[in-house]
Amino acid sequence: MGNDVLPKEVVQQFSDTLISNIAENKNFGDVMVVGGGVSGIQASLDLATAGFKVYMVEKGPSIGGHMAQLDKTFPTNDCSM
Amino acid sequence: MEYPDKFNQGISQNKAVHVYFSQAIPLVSYIDDSCLRLKEDKCDICSGVCKTGAIDFRQTPLKTDINVGAIILSSGITPFDPSVKEEYGYTKIDNVVTSMDYERLLSSTGPFEGEVKRISDKTNPKKIAWIQCVGSRRVTKGDNSYCSGVCCTYTQKQVILTKTHYEDAECTIFHNDIRSFGKDFERFFQRAEQLPGVEFIRSYASIEREIPESGNVIVRYATADDGVKREEFDMVVLSVGLNPPEAYKEISQKFGIELNSHGFSKSDSSNPIKTNRPGIFVSGAFQGPTDIPESVFSASGASSQIGELLDYRRGKLAKERVYPVERDVTGEEPKIGVFVCHCGANISSVVNVPSTVEYALTLPNVVYATEQIFSCATNSAREITDLAIEKGFNRVVIAACSPRTLEPLFQDTLREAGLNQYYLDMANIREHCSWVHAKQKDEATKKAHDIVRMSVARASRLEPLQEFDLSVNKTALVVGGGVAGMTCALSIAKQGHEVQLVEKAKDLGGMSRRLHTTLEGLDVQAHLDNLIQMVYQNPRIHVSHESTIKHVDGYIGNFTTTIETEGRTKEIKHGASVLAIGAQEYKPSEYLYGTNESVFTHMELGEEIARENDVVLDAEVLVMIQCVGSRNEERNYCSRVCCGHAVKNAIKLKKLNPEMRIYVLFRDVRTYGFREDSYREAMEMGVQFIRYTPEDPPVVEETKEGGKVVIRVIVSDPILGQRLELDADVLSLAAAVIPASTTPEIARMFKAALSVDEFFKEAHVKLKPVEFATDGVFLCGTAHYPKHIPETINQSYGAAGRALTLLSQDTVTTSGTVARINYKTCVGCQTCLPLCPYGAISYNSKKKVCVVNQILCKGCGNCASACPCHCANLLGYKPEQILTQIGAI
Repeated sequence: MGNDVLPKEVVQQFSDTLISNIAENKNFGDVMVVGGGVSGIQASLDLATAGFKVYMVEKGPSIGGHMAQLDKTFPTNDCSM
Repeated sequence: MEYPDKFNQGISQNKAVHVYFSQAIPLVSYIDDSCLRLKEDKCDICSGVCKTGAIDFRQTPLKTDINVGAIILSSGITPFDPSVKEEYGYTKIDNVVTSMDYERLLSSTGPFEGEVKRISDKTNPKKIAWIQCVGSRRVTKGDNSYCSGVCCTYTQKQVILTKTHYEDAECTIFHNDIRSFGKDFERFFQRAEQLPGVEFIRSYASIEREIPESGNVIVRYATADDGVKREEFDMVVLSVGLNPPEAYKEISQKFGIELNSHGFSKSDSSNPIKTNRPGIFVSGAFQGPTDIPESVFSASGASSQIGELLDYRRGKLAKERVYPVERDVTGEEPKIGVFVCHCGANISSVVNVPSTVEYALTLPNVVYATEQIFSCATNSAREITDLAIEKGFNRVVIAACSPRTLEPLFQDTLREAGLNQYYLDMANIREHCSWVHAKQKDEATKKAHDIVRMSVARASRLEPLQEFDLSVNKTALVVGGGVAGMTCALSIAKQGHEVQLVEKAKDLGGMSRRLHTTLEGLDVQAHLDNLIQMVYQNPRIHVSHESTIKHVDGYIGNFTTTIETEGRTKEIKHGASVLAIGAQEYKPSEYLYGTNESVFTHMELGEEIARENDVVLDAEVLVMIQCVGSRNEERNYCSRVCCGHAVKNAIKLKKLNPEMRIYVLFRDVRTYGFREDSYREAMEMGVQFIRYTPEDPPVVEETKEGGKVVIRVIVSDPILGQRLELDADVLSLAAAVIPASTTPEIARMFKAALSVDEFFKEAHVKLKPVEFATDGVFLCGTAHYPKHIPETINQSYGAAGRALTLLSQDTVTTSGTVARINYKTCVGCQTCLPLCPYGAISYNSKKKVCVVNQILCKGCGNCASACPCHCANLLGYKPEQILTQIGAI
C-alpha cells in the first residue's frame, strides 16, 4: 500500500483531516448495510459498537425482515421480536 | 377502502395508509401502493386530516449520495411462491396456505389474533397437513434444486405450537428426509413426533382437489405398505423453501458482484463472506439458504472483515450516546408508574388488561398506571420515558414478559428518563401467567393482579445500584489452532490487536489436517498451509505449541491465563478469550471397525483416496454406513457433516473408478443447502442409496467368498421389500463427530457452559450464537457443534467480530446486581466460598472475612441464601426487598 512511502503519522493526520473535512459537508459514513433483516441489524450493531458509522438501507417500511413476521422461534419459543 | 395487508400475508385487510406492524421500527404510518391517490390521482382525504401536515403527495423520490468505505449486502430471502405451480393449488384453494401464512395465523398479532382459522369459513381447522419440500429439492421448472435447510425444523415448531393452541388437533406431516442437522434439532424432532395426534409420513404428497361443500382439501400420497392413498384435511400448509429475492439480479449488476447458478452470492468457500469485489461483503441468506443463528454470526463476521479493512478510521465518525444526568431520588417517597402490556394478544387474550391497570392504581405508592399494546415498541418505550419525566416517577414496573430478553431495553428507557436503571421491576404476566393459564381467564387475571402487587411491593424497596467501568486489556487469547482458531486469530490481529494462540498439538491445523477437499471443491490442505503461513507471518500473533491451559483467572477485559509449554508455565494477560478447541472423530466399536483393515471411517476413507490406496481405488464394491455412533441413545444428535462426506467420497471414487459399485446405507440423507446438488450428482453417477431404520440396522460379518475374505453387509431394502446381501471390498463408516476430550476441562476453567451433548453452549441460540453467558468469552468451530469448513469459517469471523466489539472499547461496564458481604458481621465461616460457581468469593485471612469480587460476581445469589449470619446480600434482591415482595402475596 501507499503507506510504505510516507511516515505513518503523516498518513494518519492526512486521513484524519480528509475524513473530518468530507464528513462535515457530505453524507459520509464508514459502512453501508443493504437490508435491515436480522443479519443486517446484527452487522450494523456490531459495526456501530466497534466504532463505525453505519448507514442502513431498507426497502420496506420497517426493519426486521422476515423474522419479524415469524410467530415464535425454535427452540425456546422466544418471540421473534 | 381496505386492501390485503402485506405483513399478514394478505390474509387480513388494512387501509392504504397504516403502520406496517405494531412493533415496526420506525413506528410511523406509511402509504402503500394500494393508495387511490398514487394509483389514480383520486383521493386526498388523509393529507387534509393530518394535523401535522406530514402527508405531502408532491414528494418525489429523493436521490442521496452516501460515501462509505465498505458495504454489506444482507438482503435475505423471499419465501418460495407456490402459486407459480398449478399443482399446489395455492391461491386457487382457500384452505391451502404457505408456512409463512401459517406463521401469521399462529401469531397473536396475526389476522385472527393468534387463532388459527380457515380462510374459507373462519372455523378452527382440526385436521391439518403439512407438505414438505415445496419448491425445494426438485429440478422441475420453477422449483429449486437445493434444499432450503430450514423447513423441516420450522414445520416441527409449527406442529408443536399448533398442539399447544389446540390440544386435539391432528397434524400430519408428509415429508421426504427429515433434516434435523442443527444443534438440538434431533431432540426437537423427537418432541414433535412424540406428541399425541401427530403423524410423520414419509411420502411425496400432492393436492388433489378441494371439496366445494366443506372447503376441505384432498391430499394424495403413497406409502410402501399401503400404496396410493387419499385423505381429507381441513387445512393444508405448504412448507415453502427459501428463494433468492428478485432484487439480487439488480444488486449484482449495481454492485458488480457475481451470483451463483441458484441466484445467490457466488461464494468462495474459504471465505463465504467475501465477494469478488473488494470492500463488498455478504451476510445472512445472501450466501445461500441459512437459518437465523448463521445469519447472525455471518453478520458479525462481515463486520470483523470490515474492521480489518477500515481499522485506521475506527471511532472517527461514530458518536457516543449521551444519557441525561441521573437524578438522585433516594430521599423521595416511592412514586411508581405501572405499565401493563397486551403483548399483542399474547397477554390480553387471557388476562384482563384494563382491570389489571385499574387494580394497579389501588396499590400503595402507585401514582400512575396505563396499558400498552407492546411495551417494547419504540413509541411505548418513549411513552414510558416521557411519562416518567412528566409525572416524576422514581420507580417503574413493567407488567409484561420475562426480563430475560427485554430487561436491558426497559433499563435503557429509565436511563433516558434520568433514573437509575435498577429502579425497574418486571412483572412477568406472560410466561408465568397468560401462556400457562390460557384456559382459565378469570383466575389468570387474578394471578396477574397478584404478580403486579408483588412487583410493586418490591419496586417500592428498590435502591439505585452502580455499575463499574473496567479497563479492557486489548489482547485476545485464542485456544485451539485449527481452521476456526486461526481464522479468528488472524481477523482479530488484522484489526491491530495482539493475539495469543494456544495449540495443544505440535503443529497448527487441527482436524482439517485430515481433510483434503470439501464438497464445494476447496483444496483444504492448500487453504490450511496458507492460513498457517499467514499466522506465522503476522507479527501480532504469538503461537504457543504443545501447550495446555492450566489456570484461568480474572474476568471480562482482564483475564490472566496460565499455560504450560513443555514443563514451563507462562502467564498471559488478555481482555477476550475465544475457545476454538474443535471436536474429534468417534472410534466405532461397531461393524468390524478395528478388526478388519478394509473398514474405515469416512474421514479415513478421504485420506486413503488422497493417498491413492489401491485397496480403496480398485474396490469392486464399496459400502458406506451412515449414522455410526450418532442419532442413538448415547449421542442423541446428528453429526451434520457425514452425509456430505459420504457424497463427496462417493463422487470422487466414481470419478476415479466408474466401475465401482457404491452403496450408501442411510437413515435420512441430510445434504442440506446446495449440497443437495451433489447428492443428486452422486445418484446420477449410479451411487445407490438404501434407507435403513434404527430398529433394523445393517448387519456386517466377515466371510470367505471364492477364497478371498469379504465384508458381507446385510440390509433390508424398503423399496424392494427384501434383504440384500452386499459383499463389500471396502466398508466406510460415518463415525460421529464427538466433543474434544478436553472440552469439560476447558469449559470448567473458563466457566463456560456445556449443552446436553457436551458441546459448548452458546449464550442464546439465535441472538448470541458465538458467545458464552460468561462475559468476554467467545466460541467458534466444531467445539460448538459439528459443522462443515465454510460454516466454521463464517462462525470464526463471527467470533472475531463479537470479540472486537469488546476489544475496541477502552472500558467495559459490568452489572450492578452483585453480591456484597458485610465485613462487620461476617464471621469468616466460608460457607459461601465453595458455593460460588464463578469463583468470585475469596477469604481474607488477615481480616478473617469473606470478600466478593464484584466484577466476577454474576448475581446468582447462592452466597446470600447460604450465609448463616445474613451478612451476604445480593444487591437488588436484599432480604427486605424479597420479603416485602413475598409479604404482598
